Order: sequence, then structure tokens, then C-alpha cells
Amino acid sequence: MTDHDDWYALSAFTPARLALGRAGNALPTSRVLEFELAHARARDAVLRPFDSKALATQLDRPGTILLRTQATDRQIYLMNPDTGRTLDDTSRAQLERGAYDAALVIADGLSSTAVDEHGAALARAVLNAMPELEWAPVTVVRGGRVAVGDDVASALGADLAIVLIGERPGLSAADSIGIYLTYAPRPGVTKDADRNCISNVRPGGLPLDAAATRLAWLARQARHLRLTGVGLKEDAPEIPDIATDSSNLSTRSITE
Amino acid sequence: MPYSQTIGNTRHVFDDLKTLLARASPARSGDKLAGLAARSAEERVAARMTLADLPLATFLDHPLVPYEEDEVTRLIQDTHDKHAFELVKSLTVGAFRDWLLSDTTTTEVLAALARGLTPEMAAGVSKLMRNQDLIAVARKISVVTRFNNTIGLPGRLSARLQPNHPTDDPKGIAASIVDGLLYGSGDAVIGINPATDNVAVTTNLLRMIDEIRNRWKIPTQSCVLAHVTTTLRAIDEGAPVDLVFQSIAGSEAANRSFGIDLAILKEAREAALALKRGAVGNNVMYFETGQGAALSANAHHGVDQQTMEARAYGVARHFQPLLVNSVVGFIGPEYLFDGKQITRAGLEDHFCGKLLGLPMGVDICYTNHADADQDDMDDLLTLLAVAGCTYIMGVPGADDVMLSYQSTSFHDALYVRSALNLRPAPEFEAWLQRMGIMDESGRVRPRLQGGEAQRLLNYARQK
Repeated sequence: MTDHDDWYALSAFTPARLALGRAGNALPTSRVLEFELAHARARDAVLRPFDSKALATQLDRPGTILLRTQATDRQIYLMNPDTGRTLDDTSRAQLERGAYDAALVIADGLSSTAVDEHGAALARAVLNAMPELEWAPVTVVRGGRVAVGDDVASALGADLAIVLIGERPGLSAADSIGIYLTYAPRPGVTKDADRNCISNVRPGGLPLDAAATRLAWLARQARHLRLTGVGLKEDAPEIPDIATDSSNLSTRSITE
Repeated sequence: MPYSQTIGNTRHVFDDLKTLLARASPARSGDKLAGLAARSAEERVAARMTLADLPLATFLDHPLVPYEEDEVTRLIQDTHDKHAFELVKSLTVGAFRDWLLSDTTTTEVLAALARGLTPEMAAGVSKLMRNQDLIAVARKISVVTRFNNTIGLPGRLSARLQPNHPTDDPKGIAASIVDGLLYGSGDAVIGINPATDNVAVTTNLLRMIDEIRNRWKIPTQSCVLAHVTTTLRAIDEGAPVDLVFQSIAGSEAANRSFGIDLAILKEAREAALALKRGAVGNNVMYFETGQGAALSANAHHGVDQQTMEARAYGVARHFQPLLVNSVVGFIGPEYLFDGKQITRAGLEDHFCGKLLGLPMGVDICYTNHADADQDDMDDLLTLLAVAGCTYIMGVPGADDVMLSYQSTSFHDALYVRSALNLRPAPEFEAWLQRMGIMDESGRVRPRLQGGEAQRLLNYARQK
């Protein structure tokens, strides 16, 4: 048995799991356990109930509203994604229509770990990056998918929906947040291609402040052009790593 | 036309053929999501009993997706080989299952039948088959394809080397390629899913693989799994394209959601053929599929997800691909909820693809929001290898760091080849031996001191 292969140095070039060594044809025990730990963290991130109240306390912003979707439990949320795209009736009744520039929506998505750990800090960074906007009350949604932002922002009468949502955990990171920006969202009508996405937002990936700065740039462009999605992407050549998820659809989609 | 079955005092009615097929399907979350699944366990069996009595020829007379609306249906109907179908024309679906399993239905008979079957017939009979039946029949089927090597020979199991990187960094990808080669993977294809789908990235990565392959005379093929239109443009710009990749699905509308149609696939195949790059053959296409793709595009026409998947194979076989694989657990728990559903779907997809004459591999995989783990992958890997699966994926440590899902690893390929006495494609096996990566007994144990493998490694370190 070897613990890592002789070519372990190659792993400096990639986050992929290279030169893992072997016990016969299998992985050494330590590698198996490392993998199991990463998977366990990912599963916990998906399944652990989101404490939206704790997040609101952490955020400590007056007027913050806690909402729920029609996904009444995690099993329903996973098996029927539409339930996570629509607010439940009690929640919708809590939203009063106003005239706002933007609505900031924080949702658990597929990783409650991500929003638990970085949701409040990222929300503060986003609000601070765009002090000129008239913000609707911040909302924290339990059992939410990206499209629930359409429901929330249209009910609040906001031009822009900005959704901070836990991304489907990978083994290398279970705490990534995705930021979705949608101009003039309409529930049931807005498509994924109408959004812009900044993904892999976490301290070990795209840092929170950098993500907020990038979002602010995109949001200003969106308000100027009165659109988001593919059209905005084409006009932003200087930040080519911002793409809508639809660009990946034809090969293998990893949208939530 | 409605179908019915009476069990005891209960009469089960199925409004039409597609409803009957959907109700007969083994349970899975995607059919439930679509509102198509059987509403009780008994109804599922009643549907199977009804299906068992149905003449196979029914599928020719009753297209599930209208001929006028859908070019996939037109392709299936217009290319159906009536002469080959004569072999089983008189059988019911149930009798067809028995016929497939019988001793006299040999490898040669199944090869002669393939073009006489439609995807709906394959899907239909699979719903009456247990997992062991799907394995027993599939392992009788031989489908051999060729490009720079020979894929699918008896006693062989190939592996796609999948060296993805989150930012398409060529050094990172090259490092994963060398790791995979030193673990004996890569005979199916060295195939990269690009993080960014554009001509520059595609061309750059293809040139990088080409350089490694030429330098070390590796008998395999390369592919960047970009959109077919991207690959076509790369060909125009002189990129070294071996295989044209595309994700495909089982209806015209679903394919449109992928930004493709049959005409663009034909154009791409002709463009790749014109490059004349294959050393031993001309199978130039690589397709990926997966149950649930049509439903996720709302393009399933009320047809269950497994039957729609089989229709994608109807598209694939028209273009004589080198490789086809279902990415079985990638789509997520709303379509295949757990290890049991993924396992069943993987065996169905492999069986249906093989029965229709395809070089069928499987990306044995799951995402972290599905209720599955590496044990489920070990089970499905072993089952598929027994079934004669053409190829699997080789991902470093089973963890795809670009697509964020878990597949099978280089180590997994070694395990299953060793457990079932399977070998890589012959040309690639000879290369592994020449390089000192594979020893005399066929085990992959790279000899690094002073061997060719050491020089490959030094080359990678210097790059």
C-alpha cells in the first residue's frame, strides 16, 4: 500500500483528487475516509433544516421578513422543485406592495450550511455595495429555490430581484452561495436565461466582498439597460466569468 | 384506444398506450412529478399484465408522439427495418421478453434484430424485466465501434478519462490526464466537459490533448464536450476534432431546448468524417443522454421518462456513434430519487441502448441532493460490468470538481476490471504494457524507475 502516488506533485495544478495512492486496486483507508467526510458534509448541508430566524437575528436589520414556500418539508422540496418556487399563502399575505429599486431575498436552496455561515455577511456586503438603491424589506425564505425571488420581488413591487441562495454542495465545498439577479421578475414567466448568476461565493471561492462589488456593477447595468440575462452578459465582456446557467444547459446542466 | 385489465373485482383502465407504459414503469420520482406514475402498486402490476399481452406491432401503429409534430418520431418510423422485425413480429411484449431470454436468441440473432426494433418496443419490454433479465440479455449483445481503437469487444471494459477543471486550466487538465493514464483509464475517450463553452477554449484544449497523444502515441480519441455548434466552428478553424459531442433527448422539442435538431447532427457528423482522423474506424459521434431530460424541458408529450430516454437512443443510432452514455444519476432526485431508482435506471438505459444496437456506456453517478452514495455506485458498477457495459467514466477520486457530482474513479475501473477479468481496448492495453503502466499479469502498476511511464511523468511535470 502507498499513501499517495509518486506523482502527488501534479495535484498542485488542480483541485481534483490526484495521485491518491492505492491498497491493491482500491483507495487507501485515509482517502476513503476523507471522501466520506466530504460527502457527509454535503448531505448535511442539503438536509439540515434552515434556521431562518437565526439568520435574521444575525443580520439584525429592521423590517426583515421571514417567509416560507409551499415546500413543507425537505423531501417535498427535493422531489417537487415547483413547491420551492412559490410562497405559501400566509407568507404572501405578509408582503406589502411598495415601489422599490430592489428586493434582497436570502434562501436556503440546496445548502442551508452556506446561508447559515455566510448569508448574513454577504447580505450586508450587498446592501453596503449599493447604498443608492431604495431597498424593499429584506426577506429570508425557508425551502426556497431561485424562482421564489420572482414571487417575492413582484409582490413587494421591486424592479430587481437579488437572490442569495445555497448552491448544490459539491465535495470540495458545501458552503457556496449563488447570487441571482433578475430584472422585472414575473412569477411563472421569467426563465433561467433571463437571469445573471454569480456562483461559488464563499470565503474559499469568490470572496463575499468581491462578489458584492461584481453584483453592484451588474445591477447598475441591469437598471440602465432595463434587463438581465443573456443580453446583459453580452454587454459585459470585461467580466467573462459571469454567465447565466443556461450556457451550460446543452452539455450538462447544474442549475438547481 | 383504451386498454384494461381486471384483477379480482377491480377493472384497471389505461386511456392510451403512453399511459399504459407510464403506469407499467418501475417507480421513480420523475414520472410522479409528471403525474404519470401508477397510483398504486397494484395498478402498476395491472399495467404490466396488460402490456405483456400487447402485440409488439402495436407500437408501430400507435406512435406515442405524433408523427406530424415530431421529427424524432418520423426518424424512428421512417428508418424502421420491417424485414428485421419479421423475427419477432408475431410476439406479444411478454412473449418477447421470454424470447430475448431464451437460449436460441444468441448474439448473432440480437444483432440481426436491432434495426427491426423501435425504442418504444425496447422500453416496453424492459418494463416487464427484472434487473437480472436486463443484465442477462444485455450481456448477450455485442456492439463494436472504432475510431483510433476498438471499443466494445467481448471481455473488454473501457473508461472515459474525464479530467474536468473548474476554470478549464490546461495545466490542471493535463495533470488529471496523466494521473488517469497512469491508472490505466482513457481508452474510451479523453473527454473534457468545458466550464466555458466557446471555440477558443475548445480548440485550445483539443490541441493540448493532441500534443500529449502524439508525443506518447496513445491509441485513443479526444473530445471536448462543447455544444455541437461550437465544435462545428472549431472544425472550421482547423481544430483537431476527433469526436463530435452532443447531449440529445427523445423528442424534437427537447432537442430544440438543447439548441439542436437532426439536421445539425447530420452536418456535424459529415464535417467530422471529412477530417478523416480515425486510425481504425469512422464512428465519429459521442452522445450523452439521461432520463428526465425531456420532462425537464417540458417536452415529454405525456410519455414516461424511461421511454423518452429510449427514444433518444433512436436518435443516437442514426448517426453511428463511437460512444453513447446515459448520465444516469446526474439530473437529480426529482427524476431519480435514490440509489435504488438510479440503479434500476442505469440497467434499463444500458439494456435499451444495447438492444437498439448502440455502444452503450453509463456515467454511474449521483449528485449530493440525491439519496445515494459510493456504495450505490459500487453496486451499479458491478452490475453493469456483469451486463457487459461498454464503458464507464474515470474521474480522479470519483469527484468531478467542475460539475460537482460524483461518478466512478480510475480506481473503480481497476476494481471492476480485476473482479470480472475485463481488459481495456486491445490497442490501449498494448500501449499500457509498452509504457510499463500495466504489468505482465495485466495489473495496472506503473513502473516508474527508468521506464516510459517515468518519462511521461517528467514530461507532465515540465509542462
